[in-house]
Amino acid sequence: MSAVTHAEHEAPAPVGGKLITPVTVFLAMLVLAMAAVLGVRFVQGIGAATNLNDGYPWGLWIAWDVVTGSALAGGGFATALLVYILNRGEYHPLIRPALVAALMGYIQAGLSVMFDLGRWWDFWHIFWPKYAQMNSVLFEVALCISAYIVIIMIELMPAVLERFGWESARKKVNRLLFFFVAVGVLLPMMHQSSLGTLLVVFGPQVHPLYQSNLLPILFLSSTIGMGYAAVTIESAISSMGLRRPFEKEILAKLLQVGRILAGLYLVVRFGDLLYRGALHYAFEPSVSMLTFWIENILFAVPLFLLATKEQRNSSKLILLSALSMAFAGIIYRLAAFLVAYNTGAGWHYFPSLGEMTVTVGLIAFEVLAIILAVRLLPILPAMPGKRTSS
Amino acid sequence: MTIDRRNFLKLAGRTAGVAAVATTAGVAEARPNKKMPEEAVGLLYDGTLCIGCRACIPACKEANNMPPELTPLKVNGEQVEALWDAPLDISGKTLNIIKAYRDGTGEHKDQAKDGFAYTKQSCFHCVDPSCVSCCPVSAMTKDPINGIVSYSEDACIGCRYCVAACPFGVPRFTYDTPKPKISKCQLCKHRLADGKYSACAEVCPTGATVFGKVKDLKAEIERRKSLAPGTTTTFPRGRIGGGDTYTGQVGKYVERVYGEHEIGGTQVLHLSGVPFELLDKPELPDIAPASTSETIQHGIYYGLLAPATFLGILVAAARRNMRPEDEKPKAPPEGGTP
Repeated sequence: MSAVTHAEHEAPAPVGGKLITPVTVFLAMLVLAMAAVLGVRFVQGIGAATNLNDGYPWGLWIAWDVVTGSALAGGGFATALLVYILNRGEYHPLIRPALVAALMGYIQAGLSVMFDLGRWWDFWHIFWPKYAQMNSVLFEVALCISAYIVIIMIELMPAVLERFGWESARKKVNRLLFFFVAVGVLLPMMHQSSLGTLLVVFGPQVHPLYQSNLLPILFLSSTIGMGYAAVTIESAISSMGLRRPFEKEILAKLLQVGRILAGLYLVVRFGDLLYRGALHYAFEPSVSMLTFWIENILFAVPLFLLATKEQRNSSKLILLSALSMAFAGIIYRLAAFLVAYNTGAGWHYFPSLGEMTVTVGLIAFEVLAIILAVRLLPILPAMPGKRTSS
Repeated sequence: MTIDRRNFLKLAGRTAGVAAVATTAGVAEARPNKKMPEEAVGLLYDGTLCIGCRACIPACKEANNMPPELTPLKVNGEQVEALWDAPLDISGKTLNIIKAYRDGTGEHKDQAKDGFAYTKQSCFHCVDPSCVSCCPVSAMTKDPINGIVSYSEDACIGCRYCVAACPFGVPRFTYDTPKPKISKCQLCKHRLADGKYSACAEVCPTGATVFGKVKDLKAEIERRKSLAPGTTTTFPRGRIGGGDTYTGQVGKYVERVYGEHEIGGTQVLHLSGVPFELLDKPELPDIAPASTSETIQHGIYYGLLAPATFLGILVAAARRNMRPEDEKPKAPPEGGTP
C-alpha cells in the first residue's frame, strides 16, 4: 500500500455560507457574558470573579483553558508530524483544519493566561532578559507557547495568501514553510511536556499517583493522542454542522496512531507507578484513586474499540474512541492540577460561576473564530460531486 | 517515499534516543540540593518559650507597613467586622502569625494530651526554595550572602506559581485588588541596614523568637537540647549576641528540629514541646522539589542539545517531504512548476 500523494486530494476551499446564523449569534452572546465577568475581574481584582485562594491559586483558567485546552489543540502539531515529518500524505486534508483549531486553542490559552495573571501589564517581563528565569518550567512554557502561536500563524499564511490571490508571496512563504513546520512540531512537544513538568516542583503537594519525574513523557504522549482525538471530533462536528462527509477512513487510521500513543502512555503510567512503588495508592480510596482509574480506563477504551478492521469501519466506534481518548486526557490534566493537588487542611476550590462563564465564553470565541475561518478561508477540502477515494 | 508503521517506529525510536541522550546528560548533571550560605541569617522559634502574647504580629505589621485584617467576628450571634487587626492566618495582609494547638481540657502547656502549644507561621527562608526556582521572572530571589528570600513587586507578573509551589504555603496573594502582589516575610531585610533586625524577634518578650546567624541559631539549639528539661537558664532575647537575655525554664523538646532537613533545610528553625504534626507543619522530604524540577528541566534542555538535534531531524524530514508544489492548490490550475 502506498501513501496517497497530496495532489490526489481535493484542494481546500472556503465553505462559504451565511455568517450570521442562530449558532453564531448564540456564541457571540456567550462571548459577551464573558466580557461582563472580565469587567469585574479587571476592575475589582481576581477574587471578585473567581474562587481562587492561596490554597488553590491556580484554578479552572489554568487547569482547563491553558493546560487542557492547549493539549486538545495538539491536533495541529500532531497532524503536521504525520503529514510533513512522517510523509503520510493521506492525512493532508486534515492539516489545515487542525492548524486552525490549534491556533484558536492556543489563542484561547494565551487569553486565559492574561485573564489569570494578577499583574498582566507586566507580562512582557517573561521575554525580557533582565527578568527571564531559566530554571523556571513556567518560563519555558510561556516562551514556547507564545512562539508557537506565531508559528501556527505562519503555517496558516498560505491559506490566507491563497484566499486573496497573492501568488508570489504565497510561493515565497511556501518555500520556507518546511522550516516553520519543523519548529511548529518541536515547540509544542517542548511545552506540552513541560506542562507536566510544571507539577514536579509542587513535590509532595501532588498525590503520589500523579507526582512523577516522568510527567513530561506522560503529558507529551497523551497530548498527541488527544490531538488526534480532537481532530476526529472536530471533523465529526464539521461534518454534521456543515453537512460534509465524515472522513471515516482517514480518521480511523489517524486514531490507529492515537492508539499506539495511548498504549505507550498506559505502559509508562503503570510502569512508573510500579517502579516508584506507588501502585498501591491505586487501591487506596481517595478522589485521586477515582480519577486515576477513570482516566486510565478511558485511555484503554480505544485499544479495544478499534481492534478489528470491522470496528474501524464504524463511524460510531471511531467517534466513541476519539471521545474516550480526549476525555481521558482531559481528566488526567484536571485531576493532576486540581484533584491530586492538596495544600493541606482547610483549603477548598470549586470554580465560580464567573470562572465558568469565562471558560465557556472562551470556547465560544474559539468556535466562532473557527466557523468564520472555514467559511471565509480555504481550510476544508473542497466538496466535489463525488468522493475521490473509494 | 512510503512511510509505514515500521518507519514510524524507526523515527519514534530515533526521537526516544535523543530524549535518552538528553536524560542521561541530565542525570550526569543532576543538581543536588543547594547549600546553606556561610553567613545565612534566620530565626529560631522555640514554642516552649512562647507565651502566645502575639506581640510579634502587630510589630511585623508596623515594620512592614501591612494593613490590618478586620476578620469578621461573631458578637451576640451577629456577624460583625472587627475594629482591630485580627488575622487568623498569614495572608496578603499578614506575614507572620502565632497559632495555637489545643487538646482536651487544654490545661498543660506543651503537652499533646489535655494541653496546648504555640507555633509560628512565616516564611522559612529555604536553603533551596521552590518559589525562587519556579518564578518565571526572577521576582523571587535568594540573597547569596545572608540567604534571605526576597520578593520584588516590580518584577512580578502575578502568576502565583510561587503560591502554588511553596510546600509551607507561605507566599500569599492579594485577590481583592486589581493591582495585586505577593506577600511574604523577608526577615525585615530593610531594617538590617540600620543595624536592626526582624521586628518579630525584636519585640518578643521571652526570646521565643530570636534572630541570628543560622550557625549561631543551631549552636543555641544544641545548647538548649543538652540542658535538662525544667532547669533554669538564660536565653538570648531579640538577637543572638545582642546581650539582652531572658531567664526561663528549659523546655521538654521533641527530638526533631523543624526546618533542619525539610526540603533541604531552612533558615528558620523551630523547637517544640509537642510533635510538629500537631502544629500543622507538613511532613516533607529531605530532597528539595526545586532540585528535582531543575534536574529534569535542565536534563531535557541541557545546552539545548536535544531540542537542537531533534529540530535538525525535523527540518531535514520536513524539507524532504515538502516540495512546494505539493502545497499548490489544484484549482485554479497553473502553467509551469517553479
